[in-house]
Amino acid sequence: MAENKPAKYSKPLPHLDEENRPWWEALQRHELYIQKCRDCGDVRYYPRAMCTNCLSPRTEWVKCSGRGKVYTFTATYQNNVPGFRESLPYIMAYVELDEGVKMLTNLVDCQPDQVRIDMPVEVVYEDVTPEVTLAKFRPAR
Amino acid sequence: MSLSGKTAVAGVYEHPTRFAPDKSLFQIMGESVRGALDDAGLTIKDVDGVCTAGIGMTGMGIISFCDYLNLTPNFVDSTSIGGSSFVAHTAHAAAAIHAGLCDVCVVVYGSTASSSRFAVGTGGFGTMGGDPCDQYEGPFGPTTVGAYAMIAQRHMHDYGTTPEQLAEVAVTMRMHASMNPAAKYRDPITVEDVLASRIISSPLHLLDCCIISDGGGALVITSAERARDLKKKPVYILGAGETVRHAARGQRDFLEIAAAQSGRLAFERAGVTHKDIDFAMIYDSFTITVIATLENLGFCKRGEGGAFVSGGRLRYDGDFPINTDGGGLSSNHPGMRGIFLVIEAAKQLRGECGPRQVKDCKIALAHGTGGALGLRHSGATLILGNQ
Ligand SMILES: [Zn+2]
Repeated sequence: MAENKPAKYSKPLPHLDEENRPWWEALQRHELYIQKCRDCGDVRYYPRAMCTNCLSPRTEWVKCSGRGKVYTFTATYQNNVPGFRESLPYIMAYVELDEGVKMLTNLVDCQPDQVRIDMPVEVVYEDVTPEVTLAKFRPAR
Repeated sequence: MSLSGKTAVAGVYEHPTRFAPDKSLFQIMGESVRGALDDAGLTIKDVDGVCTAGIGMTGMGIISFCDYLNLTPNFVDSTSIGGSSFVAHTAHAAAAIHAGLCDVCVVVYGSTASSSRFAVGTGGFGTMGGDPCDQYEGPFGPTTVGAYAMIAQRHMHDYGTTPEQLAEVAVTMRMHASMNPAAKYRDPITVEDVLASRIISSPLHLLDCCIISDGGGALVITSAERARDLKKKPVYILGAGETVRHAARGQRDFLEIAAAQSGRLAFERAGVTHKDIDFAMIYDSFTITVIATLENLGFCKRGEGGAFVSGGRLRYDGDFPINTDGGGLSSNHPGMRGIFLVIEAAKQLRGECGPRQVKDCKIALAHGTGGALGLRHSGATLILGNQ
């Protein structure tokens, strides 16, 4: 599904703060990271200031391959929120990254009836504003 | 739990309105409290505990509601965990009464979701909240329907659950609604009707989704001892459990839902088994909610929910009757629905359900789900008995 990029981006945008900024800045450079605990090795998405397994603040950023597979998905045909209302239908999915975490995202460059669970996908970066780049996924090439 | 049988639901009231542009939210809540107190044979002067939460109230709305009814309670609880809130409130009220914090607690909910035109399912999660998790989800267009749809999609993939099996839940709820004069939609539907309705978020059709109504209701909770001297037969609180499930730092098993934990706690604390349950009220925000909940509560194995809900088993006269009021899929869903689960369960245990009465109903289970299964949600389970 080709995304029509409106002149002005009207979908909801994330609030950047000191805790999440490094992650969003990496996306601006078209790099995707997850976090790993330096003490117990547990991996996590989304990024946060402490390990949920041992509460350690010692965090390693692990650069992702950008590859994964579809865990589950839905094609949405009704959403009254401005921005999404104009983009119907769109595909929302959980992608399970090769690094072992599932992230909510959109699938692009494919039609709803082409999507299958377990389908290999790869990341594409969508620069939606000067500050915000979103990690979306398309069928792996 | 040591609380088993120590407290009771002494009065219930379901507001008959499904569309009330002429009433305020607090008016619906106040009328519901009046109805439940009348049912119990108590007065406003007896109330010393208040539990409420809602989509139309502010974060401190419970204070405003006490102002509205001129209540000065000794116990308040405004736990807000979505549609399951009132199932949890019932347990909290029981614990508070048992601990001596109050004597007569009202649990109340009201909403004008329909007349205020809230887009409950297709807009509620689309706007960005301020919580950390929201920043990673809001940009991708989640809706309540979409979040449940992703659970349905995965369930169908893993277990071969069919759209027809999902539809069967909606058909049964509508059949029950046809026997409930207050239900919003009462004309029978077929599996074909559900499958022919438009897709809202694949694989969920319009008729796989709960309706939007106005409405409200209230419960009166007191000690078992006091309840025995009141107007109606007490409905005893036997056991309860509650919890939440979420993305689990990206490592969640999405088909394990909160009901697995809250249900296990409720059964352990009530000291009863699945075979003892004569009737259940299962939150039916969507058809998949019922299938996933029945599996996680342990009424069938994981993956067997599709077959379990088929063949009329869920009907009032079937092997495992649920949602005899018509549920959120057909009777009412004013944004949150947990209170009606407890109300209908109590009415069944009192034998007051007329044509839709379940035979020999002695022990009932109510399970509420709040939030969205595919993002994060709460579950609260309550087991009630009439002896
Ligand atoms: Zn750790």
